[in-house]
Order: sequence, then C-alpha cells, then structure tokens
Amino acid sequence: MSVTLPVPDADVLARRAAIVAALRSIVPGEGVIDGEREMRPYESDGLTAYRQLPMVVVLPETTGQVAAVLGFCHAEGIRVVPRGAGTSLSGGALPLSDAVLLGMGKFKRIREIDFDNRCVVVEPGVTNLAVSQAVESRGFYYAPDPSSQIACTIGGNIAENSGGVHCLKYGMTTNNVLGCEMVLMTGEVIRLGGRHLDAGGYDLLGIVTGSEGLLGVVTEITVRILKKPEVARAVLVGFNSSEDAGTCVASIIGAGIIPGGMEMMDKPAIHAAEDFVHAGYPLDVEALLIVELDGPQAEVDHLLARVESIAAECGAVVCRASNSEQERLLFWAGRKAAFPAVGRISPDYYCMDGTIPRAQLPLVLARMREMSETYGLRVANVFHAGDGNLHPLILYDANIPGELDRAEAFGSDILRLCVEVGGVLTGEHGVGVEKRDLMPDMFTQVDLDQQQRLKCAFDEKGLLNPGKVFPTLHRCAELGRMHVHHGQTAFPDIPRF
Amino acid sequence: MTTLTPRDSKDVEEAVRWALGHGKTLDIIGAGTKRGIGRPTQTDATLDLSGLSGITLYEPEELVLSAQAGTPLSEIEAAVAARGQELAFEPPDYGALLGHTRGGTIGGLLAANLSGPRRLKSGAARDHFLGFTAVSGRGETFKSGGRVVKNVTGYDLCKLMAGSWGTLAVMTGVTIKVLPRAETEATIILHGLDGGVAARAMAAAMGSSCDVSGAAHLPAGLADRISGIAARDAVTALRLEGVMPSVVHRRQMLMDILKPFGAASVVDADASRTLWRAIRDVTPFAMQAAMDERALWRISAAPMQGPQVGRVLADEAGAETLYDWAGGLVWALLPSSADAGQEIVRRAVAANGGHATLVRAPAALRAAVDVFEPQAAGVATLSARIKAGFDPNRILNPGRMYTGI
Repeated sequence: MSVTLPVPDADVLARRAAIVAALRSIVPGEGVIDGEREMRPYESDGLTAYRQLPMVVVLPETTGQVAAVLGFCHAEGIRVVPRGAGTSLSGGALPLSDAVLLGMGKFKRIREIDFDNRCVVVEPGVTNLAVSQAVESRGFYYAPDPSSQIACTIGGNIAENSGGVHCLKYGMTTNNVLGCEMVLMTGEVIRLGGRHLDAGGYDLLGIVTGSEGLLGVVTEITVRILKKPEVARAVLVGFNSSEDAGTCVASIIGAGIIPGGMEMMDKPAIHAAEDFVHAGYPLDVEALLIVELDGPQAEVDHLLARVESIAAECGAVVCRASNSEQERLLFWAGRKAAFPAVGRISPDYYCMDGTIPRAQLPLVLARMREMSETYGLRVANVFHAGDGNLHPLILYDANIPGELDRAEAFGSDILRLCVEVGGVLTGEHGVGVEKRDLMPDMFTQVDLDQQQRLKCAFDEKGLLNPGKVFPTLHRCAELGRMHVHHGQTAFPDIPRF
Repeated sequence: MTTLTPRDSKDVEEAVRWALGHGKTLDIIGAGTKRGIGRPTQTDATLDLSGLSGITLYEPEELVLSAQAGTPLSEIEAAVAARGQELAFEPPDYGALLGHTRGGTIGGLLAANLSGPRRLKSGAARDHFLGFTAVSGRGETFKSGGRVVKNVTGYDLCKLMAGSWGTLAVMTGVTIKVLPRAETEATIILHGLDGGVAARAMAAAMGSSCDVSGAAHLPAGLADRISGIAARDAVTALRLEGVMPSVVHRRQMLMDILKPFGAASVVDADASRTLWRAIRDVTPFAMQAAMDERALWRISAAPMQGPQVGRVLADEAGAETLYDWAGGLVWALLPSSADAGQEIVRRAVAANGGHATLVRAPAALRAAVDVFEPQAAGVATLSARIKAGFDPNRILNPGRMYTGI
C-alpha cells in the first residue's frame, strides 16, 4: 500500500471512548459499531488493495441523525468519511483511522414514484438497479447503469457521477439527477433542485454530483426516469487489428449514429470472457466490438444494416447481429463478466479508468504493450469505445513481493499517457485516493487551488473525506488570501492591448 | 466608460489584474446580446471578449469542439452543420425577445446555460459543456474539465460556470460536446386543449417509447403569431426526430397514443423546423417596441405543475403563457405593473416548486425586484462563499444575479 493518508489526529484518537458514547446518544442501538471485528467489513471499498480500519462506524437512519452526527463532528473537529455500498474502485470510501465512517446503507426507502413527472424520489442507500426495478412494471427505467448496479447505491452514484455502458447516449448520473437533500459538514440541511430542470442560481447540484463525498452527505435524491426503448439489438464485430476497430467506431459516429452502447475488447479480454461465459465470441480476432442499437424496431433494423455495412468497409472479419433478446443478453454477458473473467486467469487484477480521444487508441494500445513488457505484467483491455473511456486490467499476483507496486506504477504510467494524448485521469471511477497523486499531471497548482476553494465554501475545516481527490491539503484561510493587492500590481495603467 | 478589448487569454488575465489592482469592477460581455437579462450592473469598465474568437479544435468523430469564448455562435453552428452535427441542446436566440438582431457568442450562451425545446430529451447547455479555461476574479488563469466526452476528474466546474452569468470567472476558451443532427423530423399537433389537458397529453407522449424531442403548448391566440401554423385555437405540438423510417413509425405510434386527446394533424419537416425555432426563440412574445414595458418571466417547474403556475398567472395577473418542455418551462408575459408581477410569480412558483427568472422588464424594475429566484438561506450562504472563493473582491459582474454576488 503506497498511498499516504492524512496524519491521524492524536487528540481525537485520545477522545475515542467519549466520541463513541456521544455518537450512541445520537444513533441508538446497533447504529454505532466500534468493535474491531465488526468494523472489519468497512475497512476497504472496491479498491481492495487499500485497507484501513475506521475509528468508529455510524449507521444513521434519518436525516436528523446525519445532521446531528455531522454537527457533532464539526464542533469537535472530527473527520468523517461517508460511504454508500462501498463499491468505489478508486478508494473514495477508504476509512481513516481517526475518522467516523458514516454508512448510509440504512437509507433504503423509495419515497415516491411520480410517473407523470417522470421522476423517482429515493433515499441514498437504494441500489441503482432497485430504481429501475421499482418502475419497470410501467416500462420505465433509470438510465445510468454502472456494472456494479446490483450493489452500488444512488448516493454513491451521486458522489462518483457514475456512468455505465449506455452513457454516451443517455448520459451519466449528473445528466439524470433533478434534485437532492443534503447535509453539510456543519450539520445544516439544504435542498437543491426539485422535480424541475436546471438551477435558479448557481448549479450546486451539478458540482455536488461527482464531488466524491467531499462537499456534503446526500440524504434524498430525485432522479429522472425514462421509458424503455421498444427494442434493442446488438451486433458483434471482429477485426484483425485494433486500428480497424477504432476506425469503425469513428465511422459509425461520423455517420451520425449514436449507439445505445459501443464496447471494445482486446484479444486477452475476449479470450478470458469467452472461456468464462461462452458468449460465442470469435477467438481469432484482435479486437471485438459490441454495438447495441435501441429504439423503435424500424429504427433499429435500419441502423443495424448501416452499422453492418460500415463494419464491412472497415475490414470486419466477423459480423453477427443478435436475433433474439436471449442472444443479445449473451453478447453482453461476456462483456459484463470481463472483470471477473480476467479474475480467473490471474490471482489479482488492477482496473484502470482513463479517457482518451478515441483517435489516439492505436498509439495508446501500442505504448501499453511496450509498458506491459517493461513491467513484466500482462494487461487486458475493455473499452467504452463510444466515449473513449479505457479500462485496462493489469494482471498481477499480490503474493509475489513487489508485483502490486509494479502494477500500481504500470497503472500510473497508463494514466499519465492518457493525459499526455489529450485525455483525462478518470472517466467514471473517480479520483479517490487511487489517482490523487496523479492530479498534478493533469492540473496546475492554480487549477487545484481553485477547486479546493470550492471545497472550502462547503467544508471550511476540511473534515469531510480528507485525503481524497487532492494531493495536498491546504488551509482554507491560506487559499483565501489574495496575492494581488492595490499598489502592488504590475499593471498601473489601463491595459492597452 | 472604459472598454477593454483583450486579444487573447493573456490580455484577459492582465485586464482582470488591472481591475483588481485598481479596485475597478468589470462588466463581462461576449456580443452583449443578453445584457438586458439580469439585474442592471454599475461597473467601472467593460471587458469585451469578442476579440477572443475562433474555433480551435473540431473533431466530429470525437464529438468535441473547442473555441475561444468570444466565438460567434453562428460560426460554430455553421461549422458543425457542415459536418451534419449540431449543439443538441438547441441554443435559443433571444434577439427578438430582447429587441435586437445581433447573434451571441458561445461563452455568453454557456454562462447563461440557455437551452431550447430539446432540453427535455438531450439536456441543457450544462450537459454539453466539457471543459474551459478562465481567469478568476483573483486574476489567475485556471482550467477545468477536458476535451473528452466522459470525465470525472476533479470537481465538475463546468456545471458551476454554466448559469453563473459571468460572476465567478471570465471564460476564455471552452470545449463542448457536439452530436449528429437528426436526418428528418415531423411534428404532431393537437388542437384546442386547455393547459391542464395539454400537460396530460404531453405526459402521455413523454411517457411512451416514441422518443419525443419537443413538447410544447401554445394557448389560443399564440400559434397565430407563428408563420406556417396559423391556428386560431390552442396548439399542442410534439416533435419526433431521427432517421426517416423511425420517424414514420413513431408518428403512427404517437398518433395512436394521443387519440384520447382528439384529432391530430401532422406537420412536415420544413414547417416543423419553423415552428420549433419560433418556440425556441419565444417569438410570440417578441418585444413589440423599444418601450414594451410588459414583464416576461421564464419559469422552470415540474411538467405537470407548469400549467398550474400558468393558470394562476393568467387568472390573477392577466398573463399570456407559452409552455415548452412538456409543461416544465413556462413563459409568462405579464402586463406592465409596479413590481413586474414579482409578488404573484413568486407565490405561484413557491406553491408549485421550481424557479422563475425575470427575462425582460424595464431596467428600473430589474434593479428593484429579484430577477433570479430568491434562495433559501443555506443555499444563499453557500453561493456567497463560492463567489468569494472565485472572485473575493467582487469585481466580475457584481450584483448581476443577486445582491452581494
């Protein structure tokens, strides 16, 4: 484990017993957990390479309790780490040894379904899939569908601005949220948005979404729901090179087609998935695309024919469209099981999440192959091809001394490469602790300081989820200081350009 | 008044530092087409960004376009149209509404977070805003976001800049998402519905698999003012866009769904484009004379609540109304009055949820009433703290949105 967390506050640790007692007076019964064995399940999230026991776990059930816990921690100077289902792949919910872990799992109610206004009001501990299931009887669904949707919660989706395989066409969480109730670190409860569109003033909902638990704790969320498309069909397209596959993706979009989903896998990923799921993937191709079209039958059939002809022009060696819902789901089963499939061929794997301009794909894949040799670690690639979001899976064995460190170094090199070619460090998994120290590769200190000033507006004491996203913590007073003062400016006259 | 006309981002930084150093306030403008919206500001100098113009990157197959903030929107729209693409949030042109014929800039559009009828399907300007470079009120150049369509690295400051009306930072360059333009379109029209029934018809259409990309209701007398429609009674319009076989298929589907709401007619692609451009630009409420003193409000509400807000304003204040976004966007034109109708508009919105912005009124009234929706105390405090983090000396468009912001 190579990540440095904020130095624990010895004074807080010394007061642990009193803090636990105070929390018990706010959340009675089994809502406060302080035994080491009982806290063990909370020691890490989906990024299991990093583990840390929290000081104490609190599981509130009401907004009032959340407000009281945060208000108490704010007054006492105690750090707080919020947590949904703990499926973050970037260590966003990694506990701190001197912090209260605030688990939102008991907020499980769907409060209201409003079909007329096409929205649902849920508590943050409701799983992503449960929202779709609650409205499916009327043919509706909630569009963002991260692969962890069985387990991940809407609260966590807000924190991470979660995407999924359909987000090129239907957007990420931020494009599908209408409002929320949230508790600030001071314990103050505010409401943002509602069932209407857009903000009346600053778009605070827009910055809270994807803020990785650093700005507040959401206690109620209103999301938009959509009517399900009439039909969906998928087509498997195999290529002899990733360049051909990349050209095909560009040509499909260039032709004005935005598929519901467009995924790419490289040879190692294809083989791992096929061995695991038997989806019928061709094994003799270098790259495989799954292109899904959804909408009315007439549209899907029309566009599918166009995609097939574009694929042929781009040198596809295999092209097979699904002819039944069962077959479509089988095509996806392989892709959706790609991570566990890779887990079968390697003791451990490390999943990366950069986004690149798609045209850079051949270069990035070639450089990744070179790095793979340099580091002596295999890599399999799955790729949200439509939006350029790359998920390299680095295969390693944590039991071999040094391999985890090499895997991390390899991963960091991949992300730096993404930035170098015009992309970004993370497309959907978040910065968390994992990519925190790479932020200076993408942002200048001025950029990062400006982002932290936003944090200061919400949490001046820096108590909420510290050690995540930003590589260095600054005091808000220091960030607020102005460096240009009257009389000291280098620009005495009106600028003449 | 002094006007500063920077040629590049470095000049912008210098201008802001000059203002900081001398305690001067700046009015930030692109083409100045939306100056009539918001609280009138009294600033020491104008920072005119029209010199920062030009598309700097356009990659149709990556669905991204970058441009300097002062680039005319028309230039961007022409460039993407040439490649069969568009800005899917359907940027409106409020020229007629505000009584001028100039076109705006991409920076001004994003700063105001404006979007047209397709908002309800494709999102607002905020949803297509991928990255920017800006100079804060601290005189520092910073960037956020990127030039790829999927990115969660750091706080999403694009959302904050969208709709901040130049009160936080001066944007110098922006990157937006562009999308393929639909091959064709058609509009189905229902006649003679009242607002409440129209909301139900639009809800039925939006709740179907027809993928409706525009849903608007024009009460009797309004459609008359749009060329090519010439209907005396109320018109409820539902737009379908896509490839021809799909539009044909969905047209039939939608006609079947809408049967309970009476006879429907179909408008072909050309007339449909004309109709939706008029709805987008709210031309039925165009400024009639330089001294048009009626107050025009733009109200965002839940779709089923919009017509309720509209009915209150019509019954109690004699407002004319127009509904877009399936009822969720209410345009209300109120007769001239001492408070621009603020009291009743705020009351109607508070009872139904949502927010209202006074888009057009004489300057004296805009200075006297709350132009933007008043905020709850907690949110107002947060907004003021955010402003202080970006522009501590309040030199950028001070007071444009709220007192102290």
